[in-house]
Amino acid sequence: MKVGLFVPCYVDQFYPKVAIATLELLEKQGLTVGVPPRQTCCGQPMANSGFEHLTGGCNSLFIENFAQYDYVVSPSGSCVLHLKEHLHDPKHEAEAGHLRERIFELTEFLTDVLKLDTVSARFPYRVGLHQSCHGQRGLHLSQMSELVAPPFSKPVQLLSQVDGLELIDLDRPDECCGFGGTFCVLEEAVSAKMGKDRVSDHLRHGAEYITGADMSCLMHLEGLLHRQKSPVKVVHIAEILNSNIQ
Amino acid sequence: MNTQTLDHPELADRFNKDEARVDWHDQTLWWVRQKRDKAAHALPEWESLREAASQIKHNVLANLDEYLLQFEANAQRNGITVHWAADAEEHNRIVHQILTENGIPKMVKSKSMLTEECHLNEYLAEHGIEVIDSDLGERIVQLAGEPPSHIVLPCIHWKKEEIGVLFHKHLGTEEGCADPQILTGAARLHLRDTFLTRRAALTGVNFAVAETGEFVVCTNEGNADMGAHLADVHIASMGVEKIIPRREHLSVFLRLLTRSATGQPITTYSSHFAKPRPGQTMHLILVDNGRSIQLGREDFRNSLKCIRCGACMNTCPVYRRSGGHSYHSAVAGPIGAILAPNLDMAKNADLPFASTLCGSCSNVCPVKIDIHQQLYKWRQVLVQEGHVTAAKTVSMQGMTTVLSRPGLFHLAGSVGRRLMKWFPSLVNNRLNPWYKQRDMPAPPSESFSEWYAKNRKPS
Repeated sequence: MKVGLFVPCYVDQFYPKVAIATLELLEKQGLTVGVPPRQTCCGQPMANSGFEHLTGGCNSLFIENFAQYDYVVSPSGSCVLHLKEHLHDPKHEAEAGHLRERIFELTEFLTDVLKLDTVSARFPYRVGLHQSCHGQRGLHLSQMSELVAPPFSKPVQLLSQVDGLELIDLDRPDECCGFGGTFCVLEEAVSAKMGKDRVSDHLRHGAEYITGADMSCLMHLEGLLHRQKSPVKVVHIAEILNSNIQ
Repeated sequence: MNTQTLDHPELADRFNKDEARVDWHDQTLWWVRQKRDKAAHALPEWESLREAASQIKHNVLANLDEYLLQFEANAQRNGITVHWAADAEEHNRIVHQILTENGIPKMVKSKSMLTEECHLNEYLAEHGIEVIDSDLGERIVQLAGEPPSHIVLPCIHWKKEEIGVLFHKHLGTEEGCADPQILTGAARLHLRDTFLTRRAALTGVNFAVAETGEFVVCTNEGNADMGAHLADVHIASMGVEKIIPRREHLSVFLRLLTRSATGQPITTYSSHFAKPRPGQTMHLILVDNGRSIQLGREDFRNSLKCIRCGACMNTCPVYRRSGGHSYHSAVAGPIGAILAPNLDMAKNADLPFASTLCGSCSNVCPVKIDIHQQLYKWRQVLVQEGHVTAAKTVSMQGMTTVLSRPGLFHLAGSVGRRLMKWFPSLVNNRLNPWYKQRDMPAPPSESFSEWYAKNRKPS
């Protein structure tokens, strides 16, 4: 199995620890993971802003980087969803189709492809899980509160195996945090208010850490926590699953 | 480009100046969303019902012409006068004409978002005709001189204390009285007088049944019935998409409508109007007003399945925190944001961007409209049609250039992170909307790709 790691642009630049944790976590599963050096961005910032027609360059580059892999894994539900829904290239449509089917968000790759049944990690803290919308509603990483269907959650399935970790309940388990890509700056007032409310829900229930499967939402929540001088930290789920804190 | 003075981000920013009020608005609507969840989860067949409703509407939209003609023939046979209006102006003219012909200067009107869309009240006022809205929420916003902020809960943005002040001024209730029961009682007395003295009543239409030529009006207050039953002339206004093929299909929609809207198992009054009673005349106006254009836009056709329950607004985290008026359109919230650009692309170009595309709206929609997907698609159309600022286009082109070239991306990233570290004020300033309420992420000394190149020799 040839697995390629796709590191989203902002994770590469601002959250290298998340990418390192993802890489190490995959390697711990006995996989040889390829990291194409010429990777950049999935093209979502342009597409969600209405400029999908400008994403051709990012698409070609993505295909060039990853077409040779059986699976592509990324620590970001939002980027994965964008690629699953919108990766196209008229010159390499077969490869694009292959990648649309073979790209996975990290937690779904661990649970659905690798069928991981034991997680050897220790993280002795009270943790709140932020369910990012694109991962949850788009990739169906967990059941959504709006639908009448049995509950399940891939991230919870993994986190519940982490030694010492106490997952807290939230009043609104799957409300959007308000990041929304360029929404966070174009609709600054509502975005920040949504984020503040999201943070409050976690704080109200005694979270020491907020985690999730999408670093972009966590970056937004982290920005608000810092501004509030809160001791609560954000941590990507890959970092928890890769951790062994005594 | 934009003809209105303020767009959604500016209006939402204004709404957010009073954070306590935003919290109250959010919690009020979230409470309605929770009631909806409870009602939906009580029916194990909920998702099948949604699918059935969606399929019925799919059939309607695919054969709309036939169902409309069938409905018209049956309605006429029942004694209903059927009118066709191509747009809002024609609709308003028809209503005015009916009233003029009958010598009626005053009309009572129950809830109809279509008449809001057509700005009927303003039109009739300009022509010297007085309209009294009989839905309590509608009456409150009418007294306040405002449009509704929600399609089902028109004055959900008003607190009871504020309604007390308004009623004291207009209906003579005691100063400082905010008791909902007393205020409702005062409104009831005031409206009863209206019902008894008006000779014309206009109602909306929730469903029109093609096979029988009847239409169904759903209200919780019975105000549509009261108006229609006492009036000599009953006018009903409906968008052409409100057709359903058969009477038995009502069982699907009536089970979904109020559970989605308010969490009630059924609307208090679901009244069937099939023909005028002796001595009464009944007019029904079939209004297009852009609907056939939307029907022709394949990507947006499903928006015409909407049964106007408002569930998408109650669940929308953006709507809850920006208020209905920030959408500057008769229908607010997610569904409004996909309907409004069809009516006027330039004026409503901001609305499809007033969303994080979280997808909750699509999940609560009782007829399974792919609302968040349509929001995404509208963004593409609006940019292609030029309804976007030059600054945004330039920044997107710049971003594309950097992100399509790995060398440039890594160089720009490295330079950017160093600049952020050395000159934090470059980003931590008032011009950066991110920084207004959030801190920037701390730039690490090396990117992942730099770390990887150092620590893992690529094979």
